[in-house]
Amino acid sequence: MKPSTKQILSCLALCAAVATPALAQQEATGAGASFPAPLYAKWAANYHKATGVKINYQSVGSSAGIRQIEAKTVDFGASDAPLTDEDLAKKGLVQFPTVVGGVIPVVNIVGIKPGELKLSGAVLADIYLGKVSKWNDAAITALNPGLKLPDAPIAPVRRADGSGTTNAFTNYLSQVSPEWKTKVGEGTAVNWPSGAGGKGNEGVAAFVGRLANSIGYVEYAYVKQNKMTYVQLQNADGKFVSPGDTNFKAAAAGADWAKSFHQVLNNKPGAESWPITTATYILMHAKQDKPENARTVLKFFDWVYTNGDATASELDYVPMPAAVKTLIRERAFGAIKDGAGKAIAYQ
Amino acid sequence: MSFTATLDSAAAALSRPSDATMSPPPPVRTMRTGPTADRLFAWAARGAALLTLGLLVAIMASLLIGAWPAIRAFGLGFMTSAVWDPVRQEFGGLVMIYGTVVTSLIALVIAVPVSFGIALFLTELSPAWLKRPLGTAIELLAAIPSIVYGMWGLLVFAPILSAWVQQPLQGWFGQVPVLGALFSGPPVGIGILSAGIILAIMIIPFIASVMRDVFEITPSLLKESAYGLGATTWEVVWRVVLPYTKTGVIGGIMLGLGRALGETMAVTFVIGNMNQLNSLSLFQAANSITSALANEFAEAGPGLHQASLIYLGLVLFFITFVVLACSKLLLASLAKGEGTKS
Repeated sequence: MKPSTKQILSCLALCAAVATPALAQQEATGAGASFPAPLYAKWAANYHKATGVKINYQSVGSSAGIRQIEAKTVDFGASDAPLTDEDLAKKGLVQFPTVVGGVIPVVNIVGIKPGELKLSGAVLADIYLGKVSKWNDAAITALNPGLKLPDAPIAPVRRADGSGTTNAFTNYLSQVSPEWKTKVGEGTAVNWPSGAGGKGNEGVAAFVGRLANSIGYVEYAYVKQNKMTYVQLQNADGKFVSPGDTNFKAAAAGADWAKSFHQVLNNKPGAESWPITTATYILMHAKQDKPENARTVLKFFDWVYTNGDATASELDYVPMPAAVKTLIRERAFGAIKDGAGKAIAYQ
Repeated sequence: MSFTATLDSAAAALSRPSDATMSPPPPVRTMRTGPTADRLFAWAARGAALLTLGLLVAIMASLLIGAWPAIRAFGLGFMTSAVWDPVRQEFGGLVMIYGTVVTSLIALVIAVPVSFGIALFLTELSPAWLKRPLGTAIELLAAIPSIVYGMWGLLVFAPILSAWVQQPLQGWFGQVPVLGALFSGPPVGIGILSAGIILAIMIIPFIASVMRDVFEITPSLLKESAYGLGATTWEVVWRVVLPYTKTGVIGGIMLGLGRALGETMAVTFVIGNMNQLNSLSLFQAANSITSALANEFAEAGPGLHQASLIYLGLVLFFITFVVLACSKLLLASLAKGEGTKS
């Protein structure tokens, strides 16, 4: 059947209606980190329902997000790793954290249940360095008296693609192992001495799920949703902790947010703190060429900090503590100015 | 112009009644295109050809510009260095180049004989009722998105390969000097061998359907003459069909090789993405050029990391070019040898 002229016309009219925004200033676009992308999408959908304002977020990766906000092709960028304060000043950017998440080592060993295996940061680094290569190595059994571990080679699994998760993980290993720091270092992608690489969290989760005697690291949401065998890690206070909302919050509370939003939350003090915790960030220009767009973005994040916590918890992200939110509104939102140097009013 | 003129005179000759006198033929009723339209058409065709050429040059140029920082920093040593360290900004492409070439070779070694068998069966041996469904099924294989092959390879194929192929192979040949080295390493079903096999499965439909098509155009006169002289099916295929269709067969193989060299997603899933060249084992996790590009490009910072990835793309361009040139040379040497042997 051929479409009638009327059908074609109505279709065109519909396309035109979709393409032309009803109110040009009532839209904002952001791009960057993929880790918080599901949450930002959900927040944007809820916000659209509540206010009719559209926030578009493109999950393109942290580095691409930083590149895009520098080039001003988007209204806000997003990055899993914080920029240093000097870097921010140089680029004229302001950053603020939205949520906190944890990176969790997971294993696949027959007979080992979630939370049964205990590891320290140093042993974890030695496993990825290839120095501890069997599950019944003395270094592991010393931490796990009474646990029956197989005489099998460890198959380390890691991310193949560059990612904020890898950045947090390798930053932690560099903190706890001097040898890791000198031999491998930290970054979104590093020169891994051993192991197979999976693409994305789902790739690592699939590898670990399938390879016997493997160990990998994934975001907390993947551990929870796939019921993976997580390990207990020894934190800076020497306590063994399991990953969970309270433990990520404890790590976030251990940071001095009043000093700077550039906070590495790995290996923070606190009996409850999960040692590999990371915040994810939003980046905006301090001096705005398009203050109306900036106002839309600020209004969105103001709404998110007030109404978004339940959504975040539902999706297994940890919201920022109330005190930090106040600081963000004061320091970060207040630092975003229009062309005349006046702070942009968002309330 | 002369071609249309010939056609017209031929048409005129046909339309002429047999007993006609020498009176001029009735005027042709069809609209003749004027010389202007002809010229316009020629220009449009030339433009299309030039556009392709221009695009090729533009792609080359942008690759060169993008890769320039890496070319300046590492030079040709990039291709012989196996270090890929984003933290220290040291890059070498040997691991990826090796992975790309070896997986594609494995794929060809498996896919060419199998495709030949498929095409042979479909054109010479298959009962008529099976030809069409089987041919369609093979063509359907080509339509499966590569990411599906990748996921199937990781979740279904790799465990089977590990349990039924790799572990027995290690058991049998583990102690044999050269073979043992090829089959060493963790038998986890992820690595060069699995990537090669998945690639083979992916390119078989391409090669097989091209081979079938060219086998079918072999004139039955030739084949039946050979059969009439008492040749067996094998002799007919080997002595008559293959020599007659060698250009098409090599073209099909090159099409498959091109796909294997450029395949990304399926390889990413099963190759293991490891940038270390520790051994020549086929079971070892490795990396390929396209897989490295797909994995690292989004998060590669501007500067040497990005430039090195583009450099890798340039190398892949070069490899494809060399492969094409080799196939042309092969064809040329085959054409030269024609008629010298009985």
